Amino acid sequence: MWIAFLQRAVMQGIPLLYGSTGEIITERSGNLNLGIPGIMYVGGICGVIGAFFYESSAAVIRPLPAILIPLLCSLVGSLLMGLIYSFLTVTLRANQNVTGLALTTFGTGIGNFFGGSLIKIAKSDMPSITMTTTSNYFRTALPFAGKLGWFGQLFLSYSFLAYAAVIIAIIVSYFFRHTWTGLHLRAVGENPATADAAGINVNRYKYRATCIGSMIAGLGGLYYVMDYANGVWSNDGFGDRGWLAIALVIFALWRPNFSIFGSIIFGGLFIAYNYVSNIGMSTQELFKMAPYVVTVLVLIFVSVRNKKDSLGPAALGQSYFREER
Amino acid sequence: MHKSHVREPRVHLVKRDGLPWWKAWLIRIVAVVLALIVCGIITLLVTGKNPISVYATMVDGCFGTARRTWNLFQNLAILLCISLAVTPAFRMRFWNTGAEGQVLMGCLATAACMILLGGRLSQGALFAVMIVTSIVTSAIWAVIPAIFRAKWNTNETLFTLMMNYIAIQIVSYFTYVWSVPKGSGQIGLINSATQAGWMPSIGGHDYLINIIIVAVLTVVIYIYLRNTKHGYEISVVGESQSTARYIGISVPKVIIRTLLLSGAICGIAGLLIVSGTDHTLTRSMVGGRGFTAIMVSWMAKFNPMSMVLTSFIIVFLQKGASEISTIYGLNSSFSDILTGIIIFFIIGCEFFINYRIRINAKGEKE
Repeated sequence: MWIAFLQRAVMQGIPLLYGSTGEIITERSGNLNLGIPGIMYVGGICGVIGAFFYESSAAVIRPLPAILIPLLCSLVGSLLMGLIYSFLTVTLRANQNVTGLALTTFGTGIGNFFGGSLIKIAKSDMPSITMTTTSNYFRTALPFAGKLGWFGQLFLSYSFLAYAAVIIAIIVSYFFRHTWTGLHLRAVGENPATADAAGINVNRYKYRATCIGSMIAGLGGLYYVMDYANGVWSNDGFGDRGWLAIALVIFALWRPNFSIFGSIIFGGLFIAYNYVSNIGMSTQELFKMAPYVVTVLVLIFVSVRNKKDSLGPAALGQSYFREER
Repeated sequence: MHKSHVREPRVHLVKRDGLPWWKAWLIRIVAVVLALIVCGIITLLVTGKNPISVYATMVDGCFGTARRTWNLFQNLAILLCISLAVTPAFRMRFWNTGAEGQVLMGCLATAACMILLGGRLSQGALFAVMIVTSIVTSAIWAVIPAIFRAKWNTNETLFTLMMNYIAIQIVSYFTYVWSVPKGSGQIGLINSATQAGWMPSIGGHDYLINIIIVAVLTVVIYIYLRNTKHGYEISVVGESQSTARYIGISVPKVIIRTLLLSGAICGIAGLLIVSGTDHTLTRSMVGGRGFTAIMVSWMAKFNPMSMVLTSFIIVFLQKGASEISTIYGLNSSFSDILTGIIIFFIIGCEFFINYRIRINAKGEKE
């Protein structure tokens, strides 16, 4: 039972890992993007739209385009969301919280709207949005996973998007600590005026970090629909996972390598109520608040300890205007 | 022939010192018109109907019948009330993203009183208990992050955000505990036979009392922020915490006091939702209005009077778009897309109010 639990926890954690890695990159540039939940919806639905048109138009469904088309659509969709956010907050210097919340409203709206009306708009004769064929390609696990017992189940049974999430997190972590670009990016988030004086193009860093961050976060939505949900889109099915991803950023102290473990812990907390015996429906609801309570405790703990490193980027949430003193 | 490598940028931004109010409003109106055009185009693409008839449908959805008009004003009142709640905190740059949870705790407190005390107290005493508990519960929920912010500078945006989901799960828990029938997870109408704890209707109109309460509250908050010592202290803390300390204002005290007020108003909103409108309790009954309120308040530049207008725009769009979705058989989330677009435009236009763009004619030619 423990193996199954851990495996489910990892699968729950992967969308959160994508979301939090994306948000960490964004926040490192000083942009607090509260639009991540909306971006993840858009990433998911764009993948679904891509798969929908490919499945309904192609005569023979081949594995490679069946994976690449949704993947590309998802990346483009979340890139556009990132561009909207960057244009408003960086170029037009709008308030980040308001822009982010508006983006979440917009993105969830897009997800649920197209999820609910795609069939009608496309005048298709499909009964429901179920991308089983595409999903099967996405969910292809390593071929020898089944033969290796518990080891195979725990470490090798996932799809390529799950491994990609972990690899991306490790790369990003390395990028922050060991490259000049990573150092510059952190400088922009800590003190944009100083970074600017040192010759770093603040706006360009903010744009790139936000857009790349959005694309990574969008993949979380894609993983959820295509892998976790077996290719079935259901409105609001993605739920509050986007906010949980933002919580994970705090929990991981703005470090992607921590959020790999954090995502498994959060995933475990998210489904723990299924594995505790003899509790009623009502108590299950109390169990579901665990990830949020843990995040609050971490937030309190790091601020009381007041160690500067773990409080997040110093200029988080502020627009930068060179001529402002 | 040494050429200087210093390039002058083509575009130069200058902060404006203050635009005449009519010019600022002109810019905002242009932004809303542009947004409506974009929304019209999108609606056209999706429904294939001409935009003017689409907007006519929206107006009809809002004002078509007396019932719809009452419904519109009822929604306006609730959204305005939550926006009023978040405003004092925003004026001191305390980013309270937790109104959703604070209102929900008010709903929970009201519903608890109605369920546990309904029929045991007289209607008047029940109302007194409901008002006090909802206000106190929400105020406590709001003041927890404020205390940590005031004492240890804990990030309030993220803290209040997390408190929303804790509140949602607590309410979820109680919807199972009090569910009718047991275990269904749904409460249904509370006290539907006795109507204990239901806001009375005035002159046959169910929602009139909600609207009156919020109207009074709007004026009170307007005066509080503009003409009282507290309001002044809030503005100073928002402008600069060092200035505030210098002139002898205790910043932690102002933060905690203001969040108690914010929470208290959220409690009133919760009371109006449960006792004045829905007479039930569900985990999703605030329905994202805690977040929408942030945008309403911000678009109005934190001015309670302008908020009447901005919350009207949002409510109009939502009601109108849901009418469009019903008529054309689309998903009701269409309104969220339109709301998003309008807000993007309104947020974006503030830039042209605050900054002037100077284009350097010479550029890099030499």
